[in-house]
Amino acid sequence: MSKLRILVPVKRVIDYAVKPRVNKAQTAVEKNNVKHSMNPFDELSIEEAVRLREAKKPVEDILAFSAGPAKCQDTLRTAMAMGCDRALHVVEEKQELEPLGVAKLLQKVVEDEKRNLVILGKQSIDDDANQTGQMLAGLLNWPQATQASKVEIDESDNVTVTREVDGGVETLRAKLPMIITTDLRLNEPRYASLPNIMKAKKKPLEKKSLKDYGLDVENRLKTVKVQEPPPRQGGGKVEDVDGMIAKLKELGAL
Amino acid sequence: MAPPLRNTLLRQANTCLRQNRPTATARLTRTTFLQRLASSLAVLEQRDGKLNMSSLASISAAQKLGGSIHGFVAGGNIKAVADQASKIEGLEKVIFVDNDAYDRGLAENWAPLLVENIKKGGYTHVLAGHSAFGKNLLPRVAAMLDVQQISDITEIQGEDTFVRPIYAGNALLTVQSADNPKLLTVRGTAFPSGNAEGGSASTEEGVDPKAECPTEWVSESLAKSDRPDLASAEKVVSGGRGLKSKEEFDRLMPPLADAIGAAIGASRAAVDSGFADNSLQVGQTGKNVAPQLYLCAGISGAIQHLAGMKDSKVIAAINKDADAPIFQVADVGLVGDLFDKVPELTEKLQK
Repeated sequence: MSKLRILVPVKRVIDYAVKPRVNKAQTAVEKNNVKHSMNPFDELSIEEAVRLREAKKPVEDILAFSAGPAKCQDTLRTAMAMGCDRALHVVEEKQELEPLGVAKLLQKVVEDEKRNLVILGKQSIDDDANQTGQMLAGLLNWPQATQASKVEIDESDNVTVTREVDGGVETLRAKLPMIITTDLRLNEPRYASLPNIMKAKKKPLEKKSLKDYGLDVENRLKTVKVQEPPPRQGGGKVEDVDGMIAKLKELGAL
Repeated sequence: MAPPLRNTLLRQANTCLRQNRPTATARLTRTTFLQRLASSLAVLEQRDGKLNMSSLASISAAQKLGGSIHGFVAGGNIKAVADQASKIEGLEKVIFVDNDAYDRGLAENWAPLLVENIKKGGYTHVLAGHSAFGKNLLPRVAAMLDVQQISDITEIQGEDTFVRPIYAGNALLTVQSADNPKLLTVRGTAFPSGNAEGGSASTEEGVDPKAECPTEWVSESLAKSDRPDLASAEKVVSGGRGLKSKEEFDRLMPPLADAIGAAIGASRAAVDSGFADNSLQVGQTGKNVAPQLYLCAGISGAIQHLAGMKDSKVIAAINKDADAPIFQVADVGLVGDLFDKVPELTEKLQK
């Protein structure tokens, strides 16, 4: 079995429990003074990578990656506290990269760092695009298994992945190298313990820039406007089941 | 009139003028430009020789772009599916590729297949449903074409301008794309489902690059159900953590669903606790539904759940917590114990 050289890209996003607010100028979602944390799907990627090691698979190393402003370092430290061995931060303060840009960057990282397994979250909960993993697989021309709920790797580098599809699950098999994106059912991510958080501070975190990769990833899409969706008015409450049926009939729903 | 108020009014009027005039002209030129140039490819899904009707929404979306629309199908013995697709209203041509290597919808050989056919057809827009198939495939195609895809669009404002929900539907993003072609996945519930009859498209064989597929399809396990399909059902009844167990979920929800001919959905909490199958999950990470009636019991209404159902026409909720966030969006709310109210509701609806 080949040694697994795993890459787990992680994204710093507004915490899932926070209700986002659109800024007054309607150009973006307000990010100042809002709690941020690791994209929940990325926690699953890390957990899966760490579990491969714990299952005595020959994991050479697990590299956490993030692209974005300085604060992404916190996210990468969390990744290392959860079990990643080292981290790579591509510092980009000005623009927020689009999935295609991130995929191009990841392609370079995969080649540079000789990765043979990339586990990504299926989507980030901020832009909800669900693209980066598939784009990376396309750029590398590697097999892909998206929305994975179960991953098994055998002695001959066969990766068997059960994936969530409309109406149920399907199982695919491919050989390493491979791209996998995680679905919520894949695992239950662990909490970083205090000793591990302390240890993570000593793990190597390398900083690079887009220029180091010779990449000019100009965004393709122009944001015209960001708006709050039209608010929905709660129509008030009814006293009992008869009231509910009457109201539903009145609204033409029954 | 008091000066501050007058100033505000003036400013508002000015803004309105400024906003109205250029947009109107821009839209006019855009529309004429469109009708001349747009040509769209709608990627249709099929399974076992049957067309997936929910993928017809990408055709209705393409109709908003104007111009010609071609449909695309691929798989083994595909001619019958292509003939069926040729009757869909709005299609000018159906491109088909007959090769059973495409039966399982694997992105590894589908992506080169689409790339070749997109290039050959010179399409300006490529649309697919934001389904498991579309989500898996289209970004791979986009990367191969060096295009930034736009996912899960809910509105088409012009040939290059699209609206999509972000942050679990808590914000709507309008974006403009200069890419060619533009790759779009379409939220099925945001566009009409399309008419499967009344069209008379020609059929034409597409190019088959016969790309090797490094991925082997092993098996599938699909939840079987006689009920309407969740994503396209007119009515949905949905249960959450409040149902407490799988036994209670199975005891209470199916009879209620049957009483009104609804599909069954569930919150993530219910799915995670094993009350219901994963494929029934409604929300940001599950399915998006927008039925005429969404009737839910024991669901608090977390933002991730609301993301998947708040475009429903009428929302009704039963919850024992009067302060549950679900009541802020529900048109009809009933505070009470679902173990009493759901059976009572079912019984009264059956009459």
